[in-house]
Amino acid sequence: MKGADAPGDPEGAKAAGRSTGGPLAAARQSGSPADPGRAGLRGYVRSLGPRLRSGRLGAIPVVVSLLVTWIVFQSLNHNFLSPRNLSDICVDIVGPGLIAVGIVFVLLLGEVDLSVGSVSGLGAALFAVMFVNDSEPEWLAIMAALLSGAAIGTLQGFLFARVGVPAFVVTLAGLLAWNGLMLYVLGASGTIDLGDRGLVAELSDRYFHSAALAYGLAAVGTGTFFVQSYRDNRARYRAGMAALPMWEIAERTAGIAVPSFAAAWVLDDFRGVPLALLVFLAFVVSLDLLLRRTTYGRRIFAIGGDVEAARRSGINVAWTRVSAFAVSGTLAAIGGLFLASRVASVGQTSGSATLLIDAIAAAVIGGVSLFGGRGTTWSALLGILVIQSIASGMVLIGVQTAVQYMVTGGVLLGAVILDSLSRRSQKVHGRA
Amino acid sequence: MSSTPVLALHGICKHFGAVQALTDIELEIHAGEVVALVGDNGAGKSTLVKAITGVGPADAGVIEWRGRPVRIQRPRDAQELGIAGVYQDLALCENLDVVGNLFLGHEITRAGVLDEIAMERQALELEPLATLTKHPPNVRMPVATLSAGQRQSVAIGRAILSRPDLLVLDEPTAALGIEQTAQFLDLIERLRDRGTAIMLISHNLGDVKAVADQAAVLRHGRNNGFFDVLSTPYEQIVSSITGATDNAVTQRATKAWEDML
Repeated sequence: MKGADAPGDPEGAKAAGRSTGGPLAAARQSGSPADPGRAGLRGYVRSLGPRLRSGRLGAIPVVVSLLVTWIVFQSLNHNFLSPRNLSDICVDIVGPGLIAVGIVFVLLLGEVDLSVGSVSGLGAALFAVMFVNDSEPEWLAIMAALLSGAAIGTLQGFLFARVGVPAFVVTLAGLLAWNGLMLYVLGASGTIDLGDRGLVAELSDRYFHSAALAYGLAAVGTGTFFVQSYRDNRARYRAGMAALPMWEIAERTAGIAVPSFAAAWVLDDFRGVPLALLVFLAFVVSLDLLLRRTTYGRRIFAIGGDVEAARRSGINVAWTRVSAFAVSGTLAAIGGLFLASRVASVGQTSGSATLLIDAIAAAVIGGVSLFGGRGTTWSALLGILVIQSIASGMVLIGVQTAVQYMVTGGVLLGAVILDSLSRRSQKVHGRA
Repeated sequence: MSSTPVLALHGICKHFGAVQALTDIELEIHAGEVVALVGDNGAGKSTLVKAITGVGPADAGVIEWRGRPVRIQRPRDAQELGIAGVYQDLALCENLDVVGNLFLGHEITRAGVLDEIAMERQALELEPLATLTKHPPNVRMPVATLSAGQRQSVAIGRAILSRPDLLVLDEPTAALGIEQTAQFLDLIERLRDRGTAIMLISHNLGDVKAVADQAAVLRHGRNNGFFDVLSTPYEQIVSSITGATDNAVTQRATKAWEDML
């Protein structure tokens, strides 16, 4: 259950992402700099009240919903928190999670991409037809799937950013058109079985059963975070700038260490670390760094914050927008491959509308603002974890899909209401 | 004062639909000179600023930079020439912190990664930011949390950070307090002494009197006279702004000035 890594990570984002300007950055400001010596855990807890009231929630809502979900389902069915079920959830989140990570890029701009579900289905269908039906080499089929996603994203981004069609409409048209293209590509064959050979088939079926690897990864992740924070802090201290007190770094490191090692223990107890999860985490971490630590990411946040200000500062708004849609399309295609791998087939129902809703819901539940300019890729991971937990729990206690949709819809609505309220509250407190 | 102006505008025109916002604007500004651009609301001051900074390019006319005609079509064009602006609406990203806003568009990177420490260090050295709350100023606050005056300081800091050759300031003191305004005027004078050309737009003729060398009056999108601020009586500038001098004498004076150019 490496996914539980996530509750700790926003702490990490807090430390490293001072400048992303998200709620996390704001949260950091509230307690520490004014009163670094004495704040402590108690200071942190005490700072929660004003923070909540002024709408700077950070990752709190999603972590709370995750814990509530787990507690509720565990009390209904004691198999829910078993290593087996948690391991399965960890693999299930990868496909929709990757799509959600891609959509974070578009949401950060304050736009939306409704086509990701269809694009993921189309990517998977292209792959299946080329690899299985036409017996092309697998790498070629994978490349075709990824390129189709990138090309579609670029096209939609171009129509939005250069031609000026609202993103909502462009991608709504895409939702329909790419789904149609997928059905066309699949043609008479209907459902294509991927079989069990090849890289894609292995993606969701490969586990590394090695305690050393599981705990090693947890240790490396935690250690890297600690060393990075420590060195960053040292450099700040030497430069005569406000630095964090040591205990705060320790606290945050613990916030990452606990879920990481818990995840390692759970995964190791079943079949080991899933390859799919490793790939997913690699995407989440690297794209998080891209968004928070590079000029490119800064541009995305700037455009989401204030398009005109971004334009006046010389940012090429159109190109940045196109690129974000391209990222979204590419990750949708990658997610589609993982989803196909999970069920070992591609069919008419691949890339369904619920997939789109899950992806957007995951990002929003995880704390990405629909108004743009706020969120991280970790939001997508946390959010999809909540959604898959609900789905898995519902299956476990034998509730129909109907109820599952309603519950997920309710959670999504709750997240959006929270987003709107927090935004309003931040306005009142002069923070938005 | 060098003979070649840093920036010279000839016949700048700009219209929005049927509205002619600027007509045949002429303007020159030299290094180490503060030119005040004054005029009533709707006179076209901000439109002219946007034409110079590339935010809203002019439709017609010639812009000369150090005697060379240049095209300013995008904000980037103006930045590359060495023009920086503070806009009336400030144009800050509220979700980014102070440092993020200061360096937006020209971040410092090391091996492709944002060098937050270097940026923060430079930010702390920026003079206008000294007005940002306590010591040391907290430059990691999201701009959304700042007061109007603090935001204005950030916008000014952002403009001078790039060490521009021409600084265009659109109502920079609107949100500043009395003391901050005085500090700001000091800053303008120091920048001028370092050879920066400064174009100042202000409704506050007191500020104009205090720092400007020349005052260029706009009225209804046209030039309505140039004045030497030191030697011109206050009333004359005001009457030029309000149109009380729409008479043959001023028109002759304006014409004579234009001929000199």
